[in-house]
Amino acid sequence: MSGKPKFAMYWAASCGGCEIAVLNTNEKILDVDANFDVVFWPVAMDAKYKDVEAMEDGSILLTLFNGGIRTDENEHIAKLLRQKSKILVAFGSCANEGCVPGLANFSSIKDMVDTAYSTVSTDNPTGIRPVTAYDMPEGTIRLPALSPILKTLDQVVDVDYYMPGCPPESHQIAAVIDLVIQVLQGKAELPPKGSVIGAGNSTVCDECKRTRNVKTITSFKRIFGQELDPELCLLEQGIPCNGIATRSGCNARCPSAGAQCIGCYGPAEGVVDYGARLISAFASVIDAKEPDEIDHILDGIPDPAGQFYRFNLAGSLLRANKSAWEKEKA
Amino acid sequence: MTDKFEPTIIGFTCNWCSYRAADLAGTARIKYPPNVRLVRLMCSGRLDPTFVFKALSSGADGVIITGCHPGECHYLEQNYKALRRFQLMRRTLVGLGLEPGRVKLVWASAAEGARFASEINIFVEEIRALGPLHWGIPSDLLPVPNEPLEEVPA
Repeated sequence: MSGKPKFAMYWAASCGGCEIAVLNTNEKILDVDANFDVVFWPVAMDAKYKDVEAMEDGSILLTLFNGGIRTDENEHIAKLLRQKSKILVAFGSCANEGCVPGLANFSSIKDMVDTAYSTVSTDNPTGIRPVTAYDMPEGTIRLPALSPILKTLDQVVDVDYYMPGCPPESHQIAAVIDLVIQVLQGKAELPPKGSVIGAGNSTVCDECKRTRNVKTITSFKRIFGQELDPELCLLEQGIPCNGIATRSGCNARCPSAGAQCIGCYGPAEGVVDYGARLISAFASVIDAKEPDEIDHILDGIPDPAGQFYRFNLAGSLLRANKSAWEKEKA
Repeated sequence: MTDKFEPTIIGFTCNWCSYRAADLAGTARIKYPPNVRLVRLMCSGRLDPTFVFKALSSGADGVIITGCHPGECHYLEQNYKALRRFQLMRRTLVGLGLEPGRVKLVWASAAEGARFASEINIFVEEIRALGPLHWGIPSDLLPVPNEPLEEVPA
């Protein structure tokens, strides 16, 4: 073991895109290796949970934790890494606000399992269902149990820094790596605890190059098959673009490429509830005064809860659909 | 002590119309149930949907939003903004599994004290019929339910 500070990265309920984004920093990854001793990173190296359990508390300097908390295993490792780490970073949208795995909070566990095991597309004649413990002649095999709703990292443990994005942009990761190395060399100081790092303080609209005018929307439409003005704000053209409430940091990649912002960088600075902010913003630019006319325009957003909480459901004020927690509570 | 469910309702009023209607109901000694907790805003257009989400996630069983009649807004058009926000917000809340009847928008002018009281009466009964909400809060963390509210003599 070298005397270098220790580094860990973990994935809970996530897709692995965050690790790809880290590798996409190209040669910068060598700086991580040069400055850190990587002690735990399941996607990149072999290590056992008991190795982590054996470490001294606070002995890992920096842990990047991606993924939401969906199983008792996720929760156990989140608590373990919190205990062993000096700096715990909620890395990527899942750990920050639930992201796509958090969309499971729209359904109860039963509905989800039914969809996976009992719909026409599944060949399951004996009606097999997943179980958390199964007795075999050799002993009992166990699988982690699902919790009723997915939680964000800071709903489970204390988090030092938040790094949003699905995944975080590689240039932002590289900048954070540079900062941490400068801190190690005594050339810079860490931002205050609880800060959002590797992102901007404004909204995607602020970085977007499209032309903006006074917005008066008479219809919302899906982006597919539309002939759109490449220079004009997408929301003005009736495309529900979430840039207005989303944190900057991605250089407005999607709007620049002709697609609407779907909100992967999470709520902008000062936004308490991402969906509520979008409701407020979209509704205020609709050009109608009669309830029926308004309803007609709103029909252009067929799934508002999905539109406004695609990345943020688990981290929002209401956190989940009523059906996800109702039966659990009863 | 009664077994009747006493809903907790948050009401948002506008300074120029509906708050004055509530005030008028008070000076005219018109009774309405104490289940509603009124919050005064300068205008229904000030209502950030966050307030409603916060109320529902913190234990409210229903939310009533009130403002000036269309065309009578002190700030010209902001109650139309409130109307649009309300319609989009209710659709979103339904997408999150909420019964649409738990949020309501009512217009009341400063002269409509009696109407304001009657709308509150109606809404309280509607929410009572829907039952408690207790959004996502584990039941063991909840305060003792059905704590009777004290009726303030008029």
